[in-house]
Amino acid sequence: MPRQAAVPRCPGCEEPLEPGDRYCGACGYDLSAVPAPPPDHPTLALNGSVPAPAGGVAWPPAREPEDPQRSAAAHTPADLPGTDSGGSPPPAPPPPPRAPAPAPGQSSGVRLDRPREPEEYPLQAPDPRRTPAPAAPQAPAPAPAAPPAAGDRVCVACRAGRVDHDGYCENCGHAQPRERDHMEQEYGPVAAVSDRGLRHHRNEDAFCVGDTTLPDGAPAALAVVCDGVSSATRPDDASLAASRAAADALLAALPRGVHPQQALHDAILAASHAVNALAEEPATAREQAPHQNAPACTLVAAVVAAGLLVVGWVGDSRVYWVPDDRAAPPARLTEDDSWAAQMVAAGLMTEAEAYADERAHAITGWLGADAYELEPHTAAFKPDRPGVLVVCTDGLWNYAESPGEMARVLPRDAAARPLHAARVLVGHALDGGGHDNVTVAVVPFPGPPARAGSA
Amino acid sequence: MANFSKPNVPRFSVDVYQNEYLPEDGSDVDAIVTVTATGGGTLGGALTALRHHAPGEGPSAAVVLMVDCSGSMDHPPAKMRNARDATAAAVAALRDGVRFAVVAGTHVAREVYPGGGRLALAGAGTREEARQALRRLDAGGGTAIGTWLRLADRLLSAADVAIRHAVLLTDGRNEHEPAAELTAALDACAGRFTCDARGVGTDWEVKEVTAIASALLGSADIVADPSGLTADFTRMMETAMGKEVADVALRLWTPAGATVRFVKQVAPSVEELTGRRTESGPRAGDYPLGSWGDESRDYHVRVRVPPAGLGREMLAARVSLVIPGADGGVRGLGTPGLVRAVWTDDLAASTAINPQVAHYTGQAELAQAIRQGLELRRTGDIDGATAKLGRAVQLAGALGNADTAKLLAKVVDVVDAAAGTVRLKAAVGEADEMTLETRSTRTVRVKK
Repeated sequence: MPRQAAVPRCPGCEEPLEPGDRYCGACGYDLSAVPAPPPDHPTLALNGSVPAPAGGVAWPPAREPEDPQRSAAAHTPADLPGTDSGGSPPPAPPPPPRAPAPAPGQSSGVRLDRPREPEEYPLQAPDPRRTPAPAAPQAPAPAPAAPPAAGDRVCVACRAGRVDHDGYCENCGHAQPRERDHMEQEYGPVAAVSDRGLRHHRNEDAFCVGDTTLPDGAPAALAVVCDGVSSATRPDDASLAASRAAADALLAALPRGVHPQQALHDAILAASHAVNALAEEPATAREQAPHQNAPACTLVAAVVAAGLLVVGWVGDSRVYWVPDDRAAPPARLTEDDSWAAQMVAAGLMTEAEAYADERAHAITGWLGADAYELEPHTAAFKPDRPGVLVVCTDGLWNYAESPGEMARVLPRDAAARPLHAARVLVGHALDGGGHDNVTVAVVPFPGPPARAGSA
Repeated sequence: MANFSKPNVPRFSVDVYQNEYLPEDGSDVDAIVTVTATGGGTLGGALTALRHHAPGEGPSAAVVLMVDCSGSMDHPPAKMRNARDATAAAVAALRDGVRFAVVAGTHVAREVYPGGGRLALAGAGTREEARQALRRLDAGGGTAIGTWLRLADRLLSAADVAIRHAVLLTDGRNEHEPAAELTAALDACAGRFTCDARGVGTDWEVKEVTAIASALLGSADIVADPSGLTADFTRMMETAMGKEVADVALRLWTPAGATVRFVKQVAPSVEELTGRRTESGPRAGDYPLGSWGDESRDYHVRVRVPPAGLGREMLAARVSLVIPGADGGVRGLGTPGLVRAVWTDDLAASTAINPQVAHYTGQAELAQAIRQGLELRRTGDIDGATAKLGRAVQLAGALGNADTAKLLAKVVDVVDAAAGTVRLKAAVGEADEMTLETRSTRTVRVKK
């Protein structure tokens, strides 16, 4: 079962507290009057904010591969020849992804390999019913700490009015904190934190973390992070559906021995189907606006299994690699589907020029029914040393864009305390202004199996 | 007032159209609230049309018809004859079982039928008796509308019914009582019954007739040609017979520190409601909406809220429909609509104007431009009148008010409708001008 991270909350405003706080950092509530919060990982319920039951229980039966041309062979990553990185691509599908040693010390060795991908990914006739519908995140959450019963709660904004049944204060009208405003989860070796930020009225990011085992018993850890596209309708639903569908697909495929890179590719397609299906659902009455457009989100995912490190993405959410040995250079493992990245790739602008442009963050790839052509990018790496993957939305990397900056912000004990590390990174984004929703997953990479424990 | 035992109260739905996004320092929240009542007329599943209730099956109702019998009604003589015929047609359109009375209005009010301070029960016999009584109506005397309304109120209040409605027909100015008398009578009658008002000919005062309909939550119109009265009265009575529930109020909750800038009906016509608020609880007030059948109306609500900071969300207003009971309790009708405020630094979001809000803001400006333009024209300010009526032509064209555009074209020569360039016509028929003024508040809905 997932271990829920326990966060003591301010009794006044429900803001998460740090151990040792004497006053709430958000509202100034005097905490000396309440019992000191437990120091670490207590088992308090966390405002009902666990995003998804990420694994550990009965998963849906394994799905057949969606693309008949890319049948998923059952083999374990450990079977792959890890040393033929310079060799020619394997001839027949499914291409066993070459997994060359990325030698993270080399500055340019980021994009090492990708499996040969078909020209396009047919997405016809997706069956939206096959993907689990996202449970309503607004389902009444177990109330935090020891609040009065629902309908009898005191407003966190004015502390004078009661919260009405529609979630607003009957006195000052302020909306009450919602469960997705701040979510934390720790699962196996992986942890993730998501926060609404300081400028947006809701959290449109979502994540799923989990771990499972390969057929040979080797552990596999995974994290999926999605960022809803704000200009689309129901971006929060899109990110939730995509992250759950991708995680479900991975947790079903990996134990069957599907190669992680293939599994991740399929998982992105599954996520795409889940988001497309949202466009077919009738909108709620409140959002029956004349300017509807299809729900959409980005997706980035990372899988760590048997010495292999696989990332996959659509959009501008990223994965950073930070070796435990901080003398070794960190790296960014993903290439944004964004206007700025395209400009740089085409040689039309320098990186500085491109990212200074107001169009820099316009994304050119996303999951959604209105996406032109889905291009799931995946890449596999075989690092020669242990480290940590930072899987994040632009709400974080806007405040730590370069791998070096990201490495400086990431605590040195990130592999041992991933939840703490994720909190620190989210805190960094909030301290920087919190202009967007912030979501961070921290996935430790234990190092090559042969030399596990070394470094 | 309302008879709650009747099972046929319509279902009300509330839809809110707004752009909830405000800039960091934004505080005014605009919303169009569409209220739709459905299902009131489907009694027993077999009867569908509202106006075809079987005897005793419709909501209990009482109607008083007030006919102007002042001396001027004899000029031309056809006017009195048409008024008699129209009133008879209205009586004929009454559903069986409805209570009714006919009042002749001069400088005093006189019961024509059935008399004795009573109401008659509509049926074949009483309709014929009323028709005979109407034949004896003749013109002579002055005009004191306040006395007519007070008599109608006395007659209607004696009946224990769900719907109380009146129809008032006049052809002249209210010149035999002080203006304050009419105002006082309207204040006394407001909320006790609804009233449609009609001006026949062109010697009446538009402001008086529209004020009566406005205060008593009914419709106002001109019947310039007396021969059109019968058709108009029949239509009006059919509408009245379609009403299922009376004394509906719009309840507006707003948060502490908020101010209601205005509440107005914007469809089917512009009607200011802001000043008619009665407090109904903490931070809540009720605005009277009158009687409802199967129909839909739109309201424009503007609330000023204290800015709460970027990323915050606030409920700016909760809109519900209620029927205040006689015992102080209320009965809620349907699910409330929520008007929200969300502060964002996304300029594209906060500067967008909701199409419905934009449309009805234009409709309200159109009505105002017509009234101001006609007023300026009367006072001889040709330039001012030309500018206002030109703006009205421009708005009517852009917003799709085809009927209003036609009426405007009878008062001005349109040079360029899109640019709002017009010339005042040298000679304008009095009926055309009064028609335009009376109907200036009629609106069209957003093309969906």
